[in-house]
Amino acid sequence: MKILVVEDEKDLSELIVQSLSKEKYVVETACDFHAAMEKIGSYQYDCILLDIGLPGGDGLEVLKSLREEGKSENIIIISAKDSIEDKITGLNLGADDYLTKPFHIAELNARVKALLRRKKLESRQNLEFGNISMDIDDRQVFIHNEKVDLNRKEFDILNYFLFNKNRLVSKMSLAEHVWGDNIDQADNFDFVYYQIKNLRKKLKEVDAGIEIESVYGTGYRVREQ
Amino acid sequence: MKLLNQSVKHLSISLLLIIGVWGTVLFFNIVDEVKENVDEGLENYKRQIVFRAHQDTAVLKQMNLNENFYSIQEIGKGEYFDTVNIFTDTMIRVQDADDVAPRLAPVRMLKTAFEDGGKKYRLKIINPMIENEDLIERLFENMIWLYISLIFAIVLINNIVLRRVWRPFYNLLAQMKAYRLGKGESLPEVKTKTKEFIDLQKAIDTLLRHNIRIYEQQKSFIGNAAHELQTPLAIVINKLELLIEKGELSEDQAHSIVKTMQIIERLTRLNKSLLLLSKIENRQFIQEQEVDFNTLIAEEIESLQDVADFKKIKISVVENKRFTKTINFSLAHILVSNLLRNALFHNIEKGNVYISIQKNKLTISNTGIKKPLDRDHIFKSFYKSSSKSENTGLGLAIAKAIADIYGISINYYFRNEHHHFEIKI
Repeated sequence: MKILVVEDEKDLSELIVQSLSKEKYVVETACDFHAAMEKIGSYQYDCILLDIGLPGGDGLEVLKSLREEGKSENIIIISAKDSIEDKITGLNLGADDYLTKPFHIAELNARVKALLRRKKLESRQNLEFGNISMDIDDRQVFIHNEKVDLNRKEFDILNYFLFNKNRLVSKMSLAEHVWGDNIDQADNFDFVYYQIKNLRKKLKEVDAGIEIESVYGTGYRVREQ
Repeated sequence: MKLLNQSVKHLSISLLLIIGVWGTVLFFNIVDEVKENVDEGLENYKRQIVFRAHQDTAVLKQMNLNENFYSIQEIGKGEYFDTVNIFTDTMIRVQDADDVAPRLAPVRMLKTAFEDGGKKYRLKIINPMIENEDLIERLFENMIWLYISLIFAIVLINNIVLRRVWRPFYNLLAQMKAYRLGKGESLPEVKTKTKEFIDLQKAIDTLLRHNIRIYEQQKSFIGNAAHELQTPLAIVINKLELLIEKGELSEDQAHSIVKTMQIIERLTRLNKSLLLLSKIENRQFIQEQEVDFNTLIAEEIESLQDVADFKKIKISVVENKRFTKTINFSLAHILVSNLLRNALFHNIEKGNVYISIQKNKLTISNTGIKKPLDRDHIFKSFYKSSSKSENTGLGLAIAKAIADIYGISINYYFRNEHHHFEIKI
């Protein structure tokens, strides 16, 4: 899987590359409008992360020219602009997703994986980890081929973890992903811990074969047992 | 008062004055002219009488004015004698065919004297005059009619001609009223050949273009500020996340990094809230739709249920009516969620949140600290009642800013140990 990161901020670009490389993707970067156009013109990518505030030209122009040439690369816009209008403009121009800065590494991971799954893997393939098999489209979880009952939020949490296998998922990132943007005023995400406790219990009962471990009290990591 | 009526008002007052003065002058002119004519006639009479008296002495017997329009009296010797013609206005009793009794009528009288056959005679000749009252009455009547027809004509002309002349102006005005900055409409434009209106249109154009430029600058400034701040924040958060993910940290180091991350997350929230607040105050949320707050509140409670459950807070809703308002959907969402979160986060363990929805009133009340908050400052930016550092202190300021731009009133009061936040439309 080949991913192009179009981002003018070197530090951020590096971090994204670092993180995506851990997931065994081949990652290339472009740091301005012309470099982006050149790379897109010469190579084929599975996914493009596109910052729309680029030096040398509007990132949306990159998007337009891609779509005009009939290329079907998956595109995730990463932007500091968070208004609905900006999002709608981006999505209307043919972007597949829109991620607002600042984002969490885990969120970016989840978005990339969800998109690649949706677009590339036409045959439905369940997300597998430990003894868990997750059908994302039907929102069902099986363990040893038996259906496990999870409520909506428990499913979302587990889904997020499975997109971030062996990676750090911070409480803040989890809260934003599962409970939405608006949760950001929550005292200290203690309620996240509460939900995780329930989920752990449920997974243990059915022998899920995975472990949700706490990382320095700031987040979680899912490992195979 | 409309422009059309304004000009009618001024014209009618000045016309009244002009016609009044003109009428008075006319009256005196007419009277003068009439007198002059009458006087000439009287002089003619005099010559005829003197001539006839010379031929026919019977004429000299006409002693008083009762039967004829002249009288002749002999002047004794030594009495004053002067042949100068003296004209006077006087009144005498007359009885016309249509008069039941004699009445006083104005006459013009010529007093003079003449000499005939060595004798001196005093001669008085009268001629009936126009009665002043009659003249004034007639003039006045005519002037009233003139005035009325003038006013009528002016109103008519105003309504037909001026309305047509001013049409570009009203057209421009209507377009200006409907114009909203930032909606990307074309500038107000009317087709006219009138110089003043072309000038006006140019002036409006210049002003609007200037405003549009400032608006665009401000908008892009906010966007840029967001970009400039959000990107470094993203870098820091992601760097720290990767650092922690790597492991190989001592408990102490990890603890410091986690603390730093929390501070940066706070900074991120603060930045987002400030940007939101400035966007609201710049009225950059344009699209509006009819929003049903009952549904909105139900959704918001659903998404905050876990937070409430964790603090064991009971949320109860009483819906009497549907509360609807035409508003930007994102802003409605933020308004409700900020108030609701405020009620949850400043609540106590096992507390309560009551929501009452009426036709034009929405009240959210909650348990919390047992003393009223400062009503004057609670909606101001960065007001904090407690030292909870996680709060940006902007939540209620944002709610207030949203309420303000839609003319919704938002109030706080403390009653029965509950903090009440009430929004009314």
